Amino acid sequence: MTIDWASFTPWSALAGGMLIGLAAALFVLVNGRIAGISGVVGGLLRPQPGDLSWRVAFVAGMIAAPLLWAAVATLPGIIIEASVPMLVVAGLLVGVSTRYAAGCTSGHGVCGISRLSPRSLVATVSFMATGFITVYIVRHVIGG
Amino acid sequence: MNMPNLSAFLVGLIFGAGLLVSGMANPDKVLSFLDLAGAWDPSLALVMGGAIVVGSVAFAIAGKRERSLLAEPMRIPVRRDLDKPLVLGSLGFGVGWGLAGFCPGPALVALGAGEPGAVVFVISMLVGMALYELIEQSRTTANA
Repeated sequence: MTIDWASFTPWSALAGGMLIGLAAALFVLVNGRIAGISGVVGGLLRPQPGDLSWRVAFVAGMIAAPLLWAAVATLPGIIIEASVPMLVVAGLLVGVSTRYAAGCTSGHGVCGISRLSPRSLVATVSFMATGFITVYIVRHVIGG
Repeated sequence: MNMPNLSAFLVGLIFGAGLLVSGMANPDKVLSFLDLAGAWDPSLALVMGGAIVVGSVAFAIAGKRERSLLAEPMRIPVRRDLDKPLVLGSLGFGVGWGLAGFCPGPALVALGAGEPGAVVFVISMLVGMALYELIEQSRTTANA
C-alpha cells in the first residue's frame, strides 16, 4: 500500500465529516428521525399520508446545497470516471441493495455506528468490504 | 412550510454542504479511498470519523428523550437481529458503490451540481428502489 499524500485532505475531510455529523445530530434531536439518505429517498416511492413532505424538503435541501454554494463560491471538483452503462448498473444495484439493507453510508455508516447498532456495524463492514474488493477488481484485475 | 419540513430542508442543506466540503461528493476521491492497492487517499476515513464523533453525542442524548425538540415522536430503529437482506443488501450496495464511486447522498449533491453522470445514476437508483417496492409488494400479495 502506498499513501497518496498529495491528495490527502485531512482537515477538509474532518470538517466536512463534522458537518455531516451535525446534520445527523440536528435531524434526530429536532425531528426525531434518522438522516439516512436511502431511507429518505426510498420512502418517496412508498407514499403514505403525511409522510411525504418532509422527505421532499430534505432532498430539496441536499440538491440546493451545491446551487447555493455555486452562487457564492466555486464548487469543488466532481469527477465521474464511470461510463454511462456502468452508472446505470451501479445506480440500479445501489437502489435495490440499500433498500434491502435498510440503509447506506449515512443511515448505517454514520447514524447506526454513532448509536452502536449491531445491524449497522455488520452493514458497514459488509459494504466497505465489497467496495474495496470491487475497486480492486475493476482497477487491478480487469484494468491492470 | 411547517417547522419539521423547514428543519428537514436545513438538515439536507447542511448534509449536502458537508458532502461537498469533505470531498465525498466527488466519486474520483471516493474511488481513491476504496483503492487500497493503488495510490491510497485515506481522507474519507476522517469524514466518517468526524461524523461519528459528533453523531455519537447526539444519539446518546436522543436515546434518553421521548419526544424530539419539535415534540415529534422519536423514530430510532430498535431492531438488533442480523438477517439475510441486511447482509446481502449491504454486500450488493458496496459493489455498486465501488463501480461508480457514488452512494445515495453524494449522488443527489452531484445532481444538484448539474453533473450529467449523476442524473443517470440517480434515475437508475430510483428505478432500483422502485423495483424493490414492486418485488416486496408482489411478495406480500402472494403471501396474503
